[in-house]
Amino acid sequence: MRVRVNPIACVAHGVCAELLPEWVELDEWGYPVLDGEPLPAQLVTHARRAAAACPARAVVLSED
Amino acid sequence: MTALAATTGFTNAPLWFATRSTALIAFVLLTLATVLGIAATQRALASPAWPRFASQHLHRNLSLLAVGFMLAHVFTTLLDSFVQVSWWSLVVPGASSYKTFWVALGTLAFDIIVVITVTSLLRGRMSARSWRAVHLAAYGLWPLALVHFLQTGTDAAHGRWGLWLGLGSLAVVAAAAVGRLLTANPARPLRSVARSSR
Repeated sequence: MRVRVNPIACVAHGVCAELLPEWVELDEWGYPVLDGEPLPAQLVTHARRAAAACPARAVVLSED
Repeated sequence: MTALAATTGFTNAPLWFATRSTALIAFVLLTLATVLGIAATQRALASPAWPRFASQHLHRNLSLLAVGFMLAHVFTTLLDSFVQVSWWSLVVPGASSYKTFWVALGTLAFDIIVVITVTSLLRGRMSARSWRAVHLAAYGLWPLALVHFLQTGTDAAHGRWGLWLGLGSLAVVAAAAVGRLLTANPARPLRSVARSSR
């Protein structure tokens, strides 16, 4: 699974970084920075939770 | 036992007491859920000690708890014989012969809660914009619940304690709503910039 962010929908609420701090870092304006690497299996549940909690629904999960 | 206790005691009318107490708990939970829902949108309130998802998830859990108590409230009202309220008035506003208008407000609040709950459970399948449009109805729902509580409930009538609970809740929700409006994002200036640069 990979985590991506829809840059148009994202308005830097920062909830993804609160719920998935192992994987999401925020830039100086509060927007998430993701490297697109495959997500470790132990973080999948947390990633789903972060995607569901995003106020802008900008966190996109893709299976691969 | 006195005559008063014999006619209004808990053992004589348990459903009537149940409908009053569940209404009260549902209203308090709904008030807390509304305030937390407003607080969850406030970036300034977030801190490492109280992150945004804390407000967000507490808002969700309290809302679901409020839905549970509200269901208990409406079903005990329907089952109770103290006031005659038809089954239709569960979903159709104005179907109750008892305090038709004030019960109708409660029915309307019930309908809105059902829609908000269903859309929130399906939020993952909706666009953020349409979910939000539906969820904004919560700002109409809470005042409906308040007026229904003040005007239908016997605990708020004649200046009893329910009145003070209602007015106190109104002050808290109004303060949260005003705070939200004061910190709202200003209208985006892009359009005026585009106009002036033309």
